[in-house]
Amino acid sequence: MLSLSHFLILGALLFAISVVGIFLNRKNLIVLLMAIELMLLAVNMNFIAFSHYLGDSAGQIFVFFILTVAAAEAAIGLAILVALFRNIASVDVEDLDQLKG
Amino acid sequence: MSFVTLVFYAFSAILLASAVGVVTARNTVHAVLLLVLAFVTAAGIWLLLEAEFLAITLVLVYVGAVTVLFLFVVMTIDINIEKLRAGFWNYLPLSLGVGVLMAVEMVLALKSRGFDAIASSHPAGYSNTKELGRLLYTDYVYPFEIAAVILLVAMIAAIAITMRKRKTTKYQNPAQQVSVRREDRVRLISMPSERRGAAEGDE
Repeated sequence: MLSLSHFLILGALLFAISVVGIFLNRKNLIVLLMAIELMLLAVNMNFIAFSHYLGDSAGQIFVFFILTVAAAEAAIGLAILVALFRNIASVDVEDLDQLKG
Repeated sequence: MSFVTLVFYAFSAILLASAVGVVTARNTVHAVLLLVLAFVTAAGIWLLLEAEFLAITLVLVYVGAVTVLFLFVVMTIDINIEKLRAGFWNYLPLSLGVGVLMAVEMVLALKSRGFDAIASSHPAGYSNTKELGRLLYTDYVYPFEIAAVILLVAMIAAIAITMRKRKTTKYQNPAQQVSVRREDRVRLISMPSERRGAAEGDE
């Protein structure tokens, strides 16, 4: 029989894989955005598992709003990426040094 | 092992394998396609959790919109993969250490509390979509409106960021055209007229 911890461990493993992906692809902005999407998926998995096992639908409402914000984030992130590529012809994080910060 | 457990383990294996594929794929297009697989598999797991509405939403919003957007961007821009992959494996030991440590920590934390609750079944005739709709339009109507505004802001921002004016484009400005005056276009100059006799004498 499946218990709550099955789903929570799955979410934890997915989150850990995404963190490893952010380390590995620290130069490629596109894959960084995709790793962030995977992280949000892991968080949503936890929310839905808790919502199901605790019998409270509020968790699913939270997932609804997380999906909304994640879609907005992806759209703006990709728009920034396209504008960036138009200006410096690269999506390498190390080329983003115009601000000299 | 019941069938549901079997399905859960199969879907979990596919989800984790495709997640590993997303972050290690050499070709970015392959990474996006594996991301699609990950989302569809996650939707299947959400169906196991009886979150039917959100599972369908995940497929519609993420597979139908977000990853297609990723695919468009990846195919539109011309990137040098080899340069981006340089030093890819240098950080592998560190990142693997951090990742494994994080996973072990979280699993230990979960195991120590013992989250072994068993879900209570819903009454007959329960509709997940109806329940979510009731909550969304009563208790959470104000956050719902804010979410709508966030989407509007995101849409306008994405258009504003990517819109550009080409400097070489030729275009007409009707406002300038109708407000033009005679003095701007016609210039009267006074100059001596040619003598008639001299013009004929040249022939």
